[in-house]
Amino acid sequence: MTDATPALSPPSSPRLTPAFVIGATLVGLHVIVGLITLFWAPYDPTAMTGGRLAPPSLAHWAGTDRLGRDLFTEIMVGARIALAVGIGAVAIAATIGVTIGLLAAFASRTVDDVLAATLDILIAFPTLLLAMLIVAASDGASLGTAILAIGIAASSIVARLTRILARRVLAMDYITAARVSGTGWLGIVRIHVLPNIWPTLIVNLALQFGLAVIAEASLSYLGLGAPPPNASWGRLLQEAQATVYTAPFGAVAPGIALVSLVIGLNLFADGLRDVADPTRRRR
Amino acid sequence: MLIAAAVLFLLLRLLPGDPANALVSVGADAQQIEAARRQVGSDLPISAQFVRYLGQLGSLDLGTSFVSGVSVLEEIGRRLTVTLPLTALAFVSAILLALPLGILAAVKRDRWYGGLISVVSQLGVAVPVFWIGILLVTAFAVKLRLFPSSGFPPSGWRDPLAALHQLVLPILTIALVMSASLIRYVRSATLDVIGSDYLRTARALGAGYGEALVRHGIRNGAVPVISILGIELASTLLGAVVVERVFSLPGLGSMLLSGIEQRDYPSVQGVLFISTLMVLLVGFAADLIQRLVDPRLRGPSGGRS
Repeated sequence: MTDATPALSPPSSPRLTPAFVIGATLVGLHVIVGLITLFWAPYDPTAMTGGRLAPPSLAHWAGTDRLGRDLFTEIMVGARIALAVGIGAVAIAATIGVTIGLLAAFASRTVDDVLAATLDILIAFPTLLLAMLIVAASDGASLGTAILAIGIAASSIVARLTRILARRVLAMDYITAARVSGTGWLGIVRIHVLPNIWPTLIVNLALQFGLAVIAEASLSYLGLGAPPPNASWGRLLQEAQATVYTAPFGAVAPGIALVSLVIGLNLFADGLRDVADPTRRRR
Repeated sequence: MLIAAAVLFLLLRLLPGDPANALVSVGADAQQIEAARRQVGSDLPISAQFVRYLGQLGSLDLGTSFVSGVSVLEEIGRRLTVTLPLTALAFVSAILLALPLGILAAVKRDRWYGGLISVVSQLGVAVPVFWIGILLVTAFAVKLRLFPSSGFPPSGWRDPLAALHQLVLPILTIALVMSASLIRYVRSATLDVIGSDYLRTARALGAGYGEALVRHGIRNGAVPVISILGIELASTLLGAVVVERVFSLPGLGSMLLSGIEQRDYPSVQGVLFISTLMVLLVGFAADLIQRLVDPRLRGPSGGRS
């Protein structure tokens, strides 16, 4: 966070803050690496390519794991998995969350109260815990269930935010005017509500993306995520912890990749907020 | 609370696989399976199961584990002797770490170390709990050999020093993660105080900077921080799952995890029920403390915060 942005910057030209540029660069790097692994990787991610638990070298930039697989390749593939889970989970969270949030905002008082109370309880549970339960409720851990579980778990947060934002818009005089002039509720959503709430929603979804990446890593660390041979960062770290006495570097490298992506997403969201809301005063 | 119980119940019933499977061996015939289903009550319709469940909750009977046959309430009590001290000590250390650092980051925001604190705390919120745990293990257990990497003495707290020695790294892990986000809230609460009119007035009336901050700032800045503290404490209680797995501690979280893996409904339900109860209690306590600190919240209109 920079302290320099003056309170009275002209609203016409959204400023790209350093945070935004750094964030976008970090995220972009991960996206590029993830896309590259679709066509090419230094080694076959499942092949034994060298000695077991070898330290970093020119041939193996991040060393090898306990089966002799190239860790740098696995980390690269991990970026693809993290991004896929993040995109999928955020898409699910946005779809479910925005729908429920809008319904609650439009619903009668009683329905809204029940929905709001349920959301409050769901939010009291950490996303990870809910995702754990949902993974447990499905037949077995896979990439799909991880995406679904994290998406559903995060949707309560999106729903609550949507509900609050939508209610604020619905209290405006121009909504009454639209109603009087005969606009249906779908029309009101499309013309008035969504355009007004999306800037805040997008910022929140970017933050949810980062949380989803952490949640996915945690799930696979706990053995509830994508099963091997999917090289999720969480599983890499879990395997590396078992051999931390002989190959400590393996417990560090995947974490750096993970943290750099999440920081990138957080900074990106920060920057997005400034672009989306030029009136927001920064500290 | 009732809604919480209902949500938990329904979520758990969605788990596929009959819990009776845990009781019978692989080659059991239909009759044995039927008997097992009767024993765990999964032959009843779902509404009857729910009524029974509520009745048991009312009498604080959390049932017995399908897997081990031990009373769930007793098992939770045993597990809490690990999780509660872990959470409490981590919570206190996080506050001791975050309060001074957060205030410093706000007051000295123009100095390099003020900025550094902000940046580090920003980094901290992006780091998953388990990676901090692994890094601490790498540094303190593998390299320096100061603390054990995992486990908990089987004798429990009979040897308090040994138990505490085992808990140092887990406590540090939670405290670091917690204080990263706490510092941000303390910092922004302090910034609000610094920018406030009442502080300027106090300064104009001749109070020194530090004096004005201590006399007027702490009480005002504390209110939002306390509600964040409540949320953080609650999520730490529930989030102990990961840390307990990193350090193989026999706490509430590992009970939940193994319960999920073994489809042991009573254990999972019991853990979730007790932790929900604790979360609600923490929220209630945070509300109460806020009212003690801020008289404005005590009025009839301030009741709904």
